[in-house]
Amino acid sequence: MPTRARGTAIFSFCTDPSTLSDAAWLGCYLTTGKHMALYWSFGTVLLLLAITAPTALAFGFGGAAAARSRFLPLRWFGQAYIAIVRGVPDIAFFLFFVIALDQAFEYIRHRIKCPDWDQPVRQGNDFVVCAEAKLPLGNAAQWIHETYGFFLAVLTFSIVFGAFAANVLYGAMRAVPHAQLETAEAYGMTPRQTFRRVLVPQMWVYALPGLSNLWMVLIKATPLLFLLGVEDIVYWARELGGSKTPRFTDYPHGDWRMWYFFALLVFYLCFTRVSEIVLERLMVKLTYGQATLGGESQRKAAA
Amino acid sequence: MKQILLATAAFGLSASMAFAAAHSVVRLGTEGAYPPYNFINDAGDVDGFERELGDELCKRAELTCEWVTNEWDSIIPNLVSGNYDAIIAGMSITDERDEVIDFTSNYTQPDPSSYLALDGAEPDYAAGVFAAQAGTIQASHIAASGATLVEFATPDETVAAVRNGEADAVLADKAYLLPIAEEASDLSIVGDDVLIGGGIGMGIRESDTELKDKFSAAIDAMKADGSLNALIEKWLPGSATF
Repeated sequence: MPTRARGTAIFSFCTDPSTLSDAAWLGCYLTTGKHMALYWSFGTVLLLLAITAPTALAFGFGGAAAARSRFLPLRWFGQAYIAIVRGVPDIAFFLFFVIALDQAFEYIRHRIKCPDWDQPVRQGNDFVVCAEAKLPLGNAAQWIHETYGFFLAVLTFSIVFGAFAANVLYGAMRAVPHAQLETAEAYGMTPRQTFRRVLVPQMWVYALPGLSNLWMVLIKATPLLFLLGVEDIVYWARELGGSKTPRFTDYPHGDWRMWYFFALLVFYLCFTRVSEIVLERLMVKLTYGQATLGGESQRKAAA
Repeated sequence: MKQILLATAAFGLSASMAFAAAHSVVRLGTEGAYPPYNFINDAGDVDGFERELGDELCKRAELTCEWVTNEWDSIIPNLVSGNYDAIIAGMSITDERDEVIDFTSNYTQPDPSSYLALDGAEPDYAAGVFAAQAGTIQASHIAASGATLVEFATPDETVAAVRNGEADAVLADKAYLLPIAEEASDLSIVGDDVLIGGGIGMGIRESDTELKDKFSAAIDAMKADGSLNALIEKWLPGSATF
């Protein structure tokens, strides 16, 4: 019973790799089911980034808005979120928080779905909830388990990076010249209108350098995925690159981790370079018409 | 519809049926990086001694099983948290682990561990530098012996550490090191075998005695009819049988 159906060899001549020439051997080697899993995991990483970045930004925006709220408990909440999450080491967060998060979800479901349950949820070291409360259900297909794990990962990444983003946005909101806000007030705008129409549009230019930094760190942090039980590119590179004896594979080879990690290096460098170019363009766009040094030089160049 | 609901409610009352509901699918957690016990084959599936053993045990216990891989470091926390139902990952039965989880009957004899070093090397067992996978019985053995321990997350990295000179030798299960020593021209088994641990068993949550009993019964049945010995001889040649 395979955990998941992965394709068999793509080329028909791959039945006995030990007889093949180098090029054909490499062709077969690079298209094994295991390598397909590696290629898929690039998609996993990109998908994680695509979902996490906007979610973390939303968390950050919420955190920053809460931290400067005039309503005291909300302000405390925002400031506590920023301070606590930024202060906890990432690795501790990723090792323990996910299990705790999963247990919290299951506990809530347990209370709702099994009110008649008479055994304790904590039995020694064990965390036991009724079968209906398991997330995903114990008999769910493996891909559902994997998807659930992936979304736990997205949530964890979003909470961590959201706290950093919140701090950046909080700083950016304070960097908007006070005169702008006073002028808005003088025009009779309510605090909410001032926030929406004046503060938020102007803060991005101050936030972008910090946010672009965060984006780069987020890209590099994706190997932490494996701590969360998601098989990412670094996991597969390590697994595929390790030396293999003929007894357990049709494609024995020595320690090739260096080559696999070199490929990852190229991938990450290309990815960060593309990000830099996009972020630079975004910066130029955001600077337009702003009362900053960059905006001023744009105005002078145009004039 | 109502009848189905009533029937389900009635089912829920019976304890053994509750077991069936909780374990309609038994998820087996393994590491997938420790041949010949468990590894990921070319097709990307879990393979090895424990794959074949686990499938047979599930068949005998009439359970539907599913294989999942998990990193060694967090393999016990994820079991007690309920992310899978059993660990079948070459895990030796030790007192320390037994405090946290329960073990089924052992399905291998206490397996000798051995040292693997570069050809011609003579490591100093009392004061040398030795590699072992973190959280293994071998790691605690080295730590207790007074020699210097360097730990790695995966078995593969421990062998790489010997190759690049970071460690004088690696201490691991002999069944894992033997194929490596035979295939590699530059590495060989050195020194005497070390006997540690109480054999390998499946790790089960302490609260899950019913599942533990089922697997233990299946393991004992396989011991009795000799099929376990056949598997050991196939995958772990040279290891002690029952």
